[in-house]
Amino acid sequence: MGGGFFLQAFTYLAAAVVAVPVAKRLGLGSVLGYLLAGVFIGPFALGIVGSEGEDVMHFAEFGVVLMLFLVGLELEPAHLWRMRVPVLGLGGLQVTLTAALFTGLGMAFGLPWQQALAVGLILALSSTAIVLQTLAEKGWMSTGGGRSSFAVLLFQDIAVIPMLAVMPLLATLEAAGGDDGHHGHETWVAGLPAWAQTLAVLGAVAAIVVGGRYLLRPAFRFIARAKLREIFVAAALLLVVGIALLMQQVGLSPALGTFVAGVVLATSEYRHQLEADIEPFKGLLLGLFFLAVGASIDFALIADQPGAVAGLTVGLIALKLALLFGLARGFRLGVDQAMLFSFALAQGGEFAFVLFSYAQQNAVLSAETSKLLVVVVAVSMALTPLLILFFENVLMPRVGTKERADEDYDEMEGGNPVIIAGYGRFGQIVGRLLAAEGIESTVLEADSDQVELLRRFGRRVFYGDATRIDLLRSAGAEHAKLLVLALDRPDKNRELLATVRQEFPGLRVLARARGRVDAYQLLQEGCELVYRETFDAALRLGTDALAVLGRRKHRAHRAAQRFRHHDENLMREVADNYGDEDFISLVRRRNEEVERVMAEGPPEGRGGRDDAWDSAELRRTFGEDHPEAV
Amino acid sequence: MARVLVLFAHPAFERSRVHRALVPAARSVPGVTFRDLYELYPDYDVDPPSEQAALEAHDAVVFQHPFYWYSVPPLLKQWQDLVLEHGWAYGHSGTALRGKSVMHAISAGGGEDAYAAAGYNRYALPDLLRPLEATVRLCGMEWRAPFIVYGTHRLPAAGLAEEAERYRAQLEALATGSTTPLGVEA
Ligand SMILES: Cc1cc2nc3c(=O)[nH]c(=O)nc-3n(C[C@H](O)[C@H](O)[C@H](O)COP(=O)(O)O)c2cc1C
Repeated sequence: MGGGFFLQAFTYLAAAVVAVPVAKRLGLGSVLGYLLAGVFIGPFALGIVGSEGEDVMHFAEFGVVLMLFLVGLELEPAHLWRMRVPVLGLGGLQVTLTAALFTGLGMAFGLPWQQALAVGLILALSSTAIVLQTLAEKGWMSTGGGRSSFAVLLFQDIAVIPMLAVMPLLATLEAAGGDDGHHGHETWVAGLPAWAQTLAVLGAVAAIVVGGRYLLRPAFRFIARAKLREIFVAAALLLVVGIALLMQQVGLSPALGTFVAGVVLATSEYRHQLEADIEPFKGLLLGLFFLAVGASIDFALIADQPGAVAGLTVGLIALKLALLFGLARGFRLGVDQAMLFSFALAQGGEFAFVLFSYAQQNAVLSAETSKLLVVVVAVSMALTPLLILFFENVLMPRVGTKERADEDYDEMEGGNPVIIAGYGRFGQIVGRLLAAEGIESTVLEADSDQVELLRRFGRRVFYGDATRIDLLRSAGAEHAKLLVLALDRPDKNRELLATVRQEFPGLRVLARARGRVDAYQLLQEGCELVYRETFDAALRLGTDALAVLGRRKHRAHRAAQRFRHHDENLMREVADNYGDEDFISLVRRRNEEVERVMAEGPPEGRGGRDDAWDSAELRRTFGEDHPEAV
Repeated sequence: MARVLVLFAHPAFERSRVHRALVPAARSVPGVTFRDLYELYPDYDVDPPSEQAALEAHDAVVFQHPFYWYSVPPLLKQWQDLVLEHGWAYGHSGTALRGKSVMHAISAGGGEDAYAAAGYNRYALPDLLRPLEATVRLCGMEWRAPFIVYGTHRLPAAGLAEEAERYRAQLEALATGSTTPLGVEA
C-alpha cells in the first residue's frame, strides 16, 4: 500500500502514462487503457493501491463534473431546447422501461418488490463518463446514435435526483447504521420540509442560470483584464467547484449543476478560453476516475461467485442492449445508429456505486446484494470499450455507416470554416466581409474590453489568447479551412503561424503583415498569403492623388494595378534574400528596374503601359497622311 | 496531336447551368489546357505577357462563353483589346498567331429558330459572330465553325448532358486534328 502522496501520485501517473498510449496504439481506446491500468495497480494484482482507491474515486468523480461542464459549454441553449424530445421521450422511456424490466426480474428471483425496484432503478443508469469519453474519442458525438446517447445520459443524470429521494422510502431491512460516508446528507437543506427543499433546489438552479447570464461575464471580464493566465484558470475551477458545492448542498447532482452552468456560458465570449483551461483538468481527473474504477473491481468476490457475476453481467448487458435497440428503432434511428446507441449505453453507470452504497446505508439492500451488483456494474463498465470495439470492427462494416458524422457538426463543435485571430481594426473588416457572404467565422480576441464592445454590437467574439494551441483547438482549428492571422503584433502573428504550421498543417493561413519587413519574414516562414496592412489604402490614395492632379481616372486606376503587380512580385522575389548583407542594394536595383518598366514598358516592348489601347501607335503605323502627328 | 487552349469567360460561373456541364467535359479531354479568365483576372487586369505565352504554346484556341448581347462577356473583350497587340498578333511583324485555329463555344438563351431571318433575332447566330470571325482572320488564324448550345433557358437536363458530350467530341476532334470541318461559310 502506498506511503505518502508522492508514491501514490507516482503510481497513478505511471500507470496512466504506460497503459493509455499502449491501449490507444492497439486501437482499444484510452478508457480501456485506464481501466486495465487500474486493475493492474489495484489490490488484486500488484496491490500498489488499496483501500484508498475509493477515496480516490470520490475525488476523481470531479472529473465527471468537469466533463459535464464542458459538454454544457458545447451546447447552446437553443440547441438544448431542440433536444427536448429525445431527452424526455427517449431518455424517459429508457429509464422507465429498463427499471421496470429489472424490477420484474428481481421479483422473479425472489427479491421483495422494494429491493427489486431499487435494483431496477439503479441498473437503468449508464455510464456518462465512459460513453461520452469513448464517443468523443471516436468522433461519434454528432452522429444520430451519438446524439441520442447523449440525450439519454442527460435524462439519467436528472433522474438520479428523484432516485436518491425515493431510496429511503424503500427500506425493508434493519437499519445498517454505521457512518454514511461521503454522501451522508449533512446538507444545508437536510432538516427542511419537502416544499422548502424543492424551493431550495429551484432557487439554486435559477441562481446558476441568472448568475451565469448576468454576473459571470462581468466577473470574467474583470479577471481577464488582470491578464494573469493562472488566475483565469483558478477562476474557472472556482466556478465549477462552487457550483458543485452548491448543488451538493441542495441535494442535486453536481454534474447536472455544472452542466447547466456550461449551457448558460455556451454563448458567452469566454467559452473557448474556459474550455481550453478546464480541458486538461477534466482529462486527468477523468483518467483517474477510470483508474479508480479499474482498481475497485473486487476480484475476490468474482473468484468466489464466478457464475453469479458472469451470469448477471451478461444478463445486464444483453437485456439493456436489446431494449435500447428496440427503443432506438422506435425513435427512427437507422440500423447502424441504433446499434451504436445500444452498444454504447448497455452498461451500468458510475452513479450505481453511489446509489448502491446509499441504498445499503438506508437499509434497502443487503450488503451482499449491493456488493455483488457493484462488481457486476464495474465489470459491465470495463466491458463497454470492448463492446464498442466489437460494434466498430465487426458489426459496423456489415451494416455500413449510412450516416456521416459531419451533418450537424456546426452546432456540436462550433465548427466554422474560418477562424479569425485578432478582431481589431483589421480582423473586423475581414469578418464582416465574410459574414456578408454568409460565411460564419469563429473570432478570437485577447482584449477583454474589445470583446465586450463587439459583443454589444452583436458579434460573436470569444475571449482568449489566440497563440495558445489549446484555445485554437477548442475554436475548431482541426476542422476549419482557414485561419486569418490579424493580430496587431507582428511577433505574435509569426509565433502563431509557427505553431499552426506544426500542429495543424492542413489549415491554410492568410496573414496580416505590418509592413514590408514583416511581410518578408512571414514569406520566409512559409506563409504564402501575406497582406501588408497599409498597402491597399496607400495605393488607393495614390490613385486618387493622380486623379486630383488631372489624370484620367481609368489611367490612374490602371497605373495602380500595374504598380501593385510589380510591387508584389518584387516583394516575393527578394523575400528569400531578406537578411543578407547586400539586401539593400538588391532591392534598390530591382526598384529602379520596376520604375523604369512602369515608365517605359518592359524591354520586349509590350505589356507595360496598355499599349494595345494606344491609337497613336496605330496612327503611326497605318496613318497615311501625317505619320509623325501623334 | 494539336495542343488546345480553352479560354473560358463567364462572370457568374457559380450560377451557370450550361457551362457547369460544359466545363468538366472540356477539362476531361487529354491535351486541353483550360484557363478560367474570370478566375485569373477578377479585376479585369489581364496580363498580356502571360496570355500571349499561353497562346504561343498552343495550336488551337477555343473561346468558351455565354452569348451576351450578341457578343462576348466584357472580360473577353478586354482580353482581345489588350492581348491581341499590334506587332504581335497583327501588323507587319505580328505573326505570332499565324496558322492556329479558333473555335468559339457559345451558349445562347435564344433557340435556333429564333436565330433566323424570320425569327426573333433576325440573323443566324454565326452571322452575328462576324466581328469575331474578322478578328480571327486578321490575326492570320483559321476560323472554325462555332460550337453552339441554343435555347439554354429551356434546355432539359438530358439535353444538357448530350450537349456536354457533343462538346467533348468536338474538342477531341480539334485535339487529334481530325475531321473538324473548316468554317462552313468560309
Ligand atoms: C447580360 C446578358 C445578356 C444576354 N444576351 C443574350 C443574347 O444576346 N442572346 C441570347 O441568345 N442570349 C442572351 N443571354 C442569355 C445567355 O446567353 C444564357 O443565359 C446563357 O448562355 C446560359 O448559360 P449559363 O447557364 O451557363 O449561364 C444573355 C444573358 C445575359 C445575362
